[in-house]
Amino acid sequence: MQALTLNRQGDDWRLELHGDWSLGAMGRIDPELRALSGPLSGTLVCDWSRAEHPGIGPVWSLLARLADIGTPQLALRHEGNPPHIVQLLGKLQGEICTADGKRAVAIPPHEGAIAQLGRWTVLQGTEGRAVLAFFGRIAAVLGQSFTQPRVLRLRSIVRHLHETGVSAIPIVSLIAFLISVVVAYLGAQQLSKFGATIFVVDLVTIAVLRELGVLLTAIIIAGRSGSAFAAEIGVMELNQEIDALRAMGMNPIELLVVPRVVALMIALPCLTVIADAMGLAGGGLLSLVQLHIPAAQFTVRLREALSPTTFWAGLVKAPVFALLIGMVGAYRGMQVRESARELGRLTTMAVVQSIFLVILADAFFAVLFQQIDF
Amino acid sequence: MDATLDVPVIRVTGLVNRFDGQVVHNGLSFEVRSNEIMGVVGGSGTGKTVLLRTILGLRRPQAGKVELLGHDIEHLSVAERIALSRSYGVAFQSGALISSLTVAQNIQLPLREAYSMSEDALDELVQLNLSLVGLAPDAAEKYPAQLSGGMVKRASIARALSLEPKLLFLDEPTSGLDPISAADFDALLLYLRAELKLTVVMITHDLDSLFRTCNRVSVIVDGCMVTDTLDGILENTHPWIREYFHGARARAAERAAHG
Repeated sequence: MQALTLNRQGDDWRLELHGDWSLGAMGRIDPELRALSGPLSGTLVCDWSRAEHPGIGPVWSLLARLADIGTPQLALRHEGNPPHIVQLLGKLQGEICTADGKRAVAIPPHEGAIAQLGRWTVLQGTEGRAVLAFFGRIAAVLGQSFTQPRVLRLRSIVRHLHETGVSAIPIVSLIAFLISVVVAYLGAQQLSKFGATIFVVDLVTIAVLRELGVLLTAIIIAGRSGSAFAAEIGVMELNQEIDALRAMGMNPIELLVVPRVVALMIALPCLTVIADAMGLAGGGLLSLVQLHIPAAQFTVRLREALSPTTFWAGLVKAPVFALLIGMVGAYRGMQVRESARELGRLTTMAVVQSIFLVILADAFFAVLFQQIDF
Repeated sequence: MDATLDVPVIRVTGLVNRFDGQVVHNGLSFEVRSNEIMGVVGGSGTGKTVLLRTILGLRRPQAGKVELLGHDIEHLSVAERIALSRSYGVAFQSGALISSLTVAQNIQLPLREAYSMSEDALDELVQLNLSLVGLAPDAAEKYPAQLSGGMVKRASIARALSLEPKLLFLDEPTSGLDPISAADFDALLLYLRAELKLTVVMITHDLDSLFRTCNRVSVIVDGCMVTDTLDGILENTHPWIREYFHGARARAAERAAHG
């Protein structure tokens, strides 16, 4: 059934409305409204006598459509028990009309490619500066701590040491153990072709101590603590807690960021040592079970494979990775503004960027150690 | 008009709500009639928001019955419950706009779920709801985080109105608004009640708002509800009610409302 019929009567128009005109019928009414064509002038009479349950939405749409296709001179009259809301909606329609009689519609501005590139460039520039400033403020607090040890909040550092370090021991150990088992297993398969299975020990020792131990630990900690830093500081930012600290004359970098970064820089090397040990244990266990290399022989071979720097080449990277993870997490957390959506976005960003930076730094160390023969 | 007119829009009987042994509502009963603005008042921790959540079916009470538009909300099928939820709108205290959607998308959200209609029709309804609550059309493309406190309140009412409900719940609609915005808000409420024939249940601490808009007032005291007209409440002899409605602020608000 049609919802409306428009008839011409001399110079004037008569619009008859039929059937269900509630909000639920909007899907049916709307196409018919859009099919109306103008321009209409003279007087238009809306006959509501056969419309049932007229809803606010459909009435509004009708008035809007009539305003669109009618000339400014079109006179509108309602007959047959029109809904009481008609007057109000007509008035509201008038209010959102612009001076030239067209209805104001918000159109989001469209940006060209060059404008987008420009905006992106400016954003990167300001961000680069902000990161540098952030690093500077952390360095300033650390510098101050040499003369005033009080600015290093010992209690806070201990708490974060527990959260980021001690409670991460099980997961770090387990992953280091499993990965070195996998590495030893794959190595054994290949090396047995040459009858050189004993070199599995070299493979595991060097891979775990130089690379896998520290890298895996850093990646786990980036996912675990980097995200936690961003989320904790972000929620505090949303809650205006950081503004409150500033207003009370306290330095949020000193209170929130430095303890986390320092704790992480202590925790990550310790966790790396644990991961190294667990990795070697995993390699040893697989060698024993799968390759029948007794523990005594494993340790002898391990000592031969080690050069004096192998262990330190891994461990020295840990504080650097910790600094990267801690700074990225805290920086992204401080960037959260106003909405919970930002919090999620920036937490994700903190994890992805800190893992990326850790791997980038690892590649840099690999080249450096190669060059200086470390 | 329809036969449901003489049935109260909301009827709550013998409501009991307890948290870990702490009794919040102890046999609370009240009724809301059609096309009135009912103010709900109570001290902090007397369970105003708990009452709202119970009426909306978001919380199951330990005892008691809630009838909404003639339906007992305990005994509804899922389909009936969804149908019922489309006949009322709620504006929560903090706005509760979905933060990942623009204002326009927030308003369209219930419409899209309930009905099928074209994008153009949806856009037009957004304009309608924005102008009903007095927001400019350019607010449509903004995200909730970009709005001021007063605009968030209005936008959340625009969303609550989008399904053309007959019943509107407001949780502290004027809290955090400046006096001018709050006065505008009172005017908006009176106008919606008159023009859209709305029934409004409003939790509020704003005495100005109470005196200007409410037909009747319900006060939660000692886990029960005292409901009366404003004049009746002013005569009430309960000490807390006397203190609330006869304090210095209340007298000033009353003078302002009655000239």
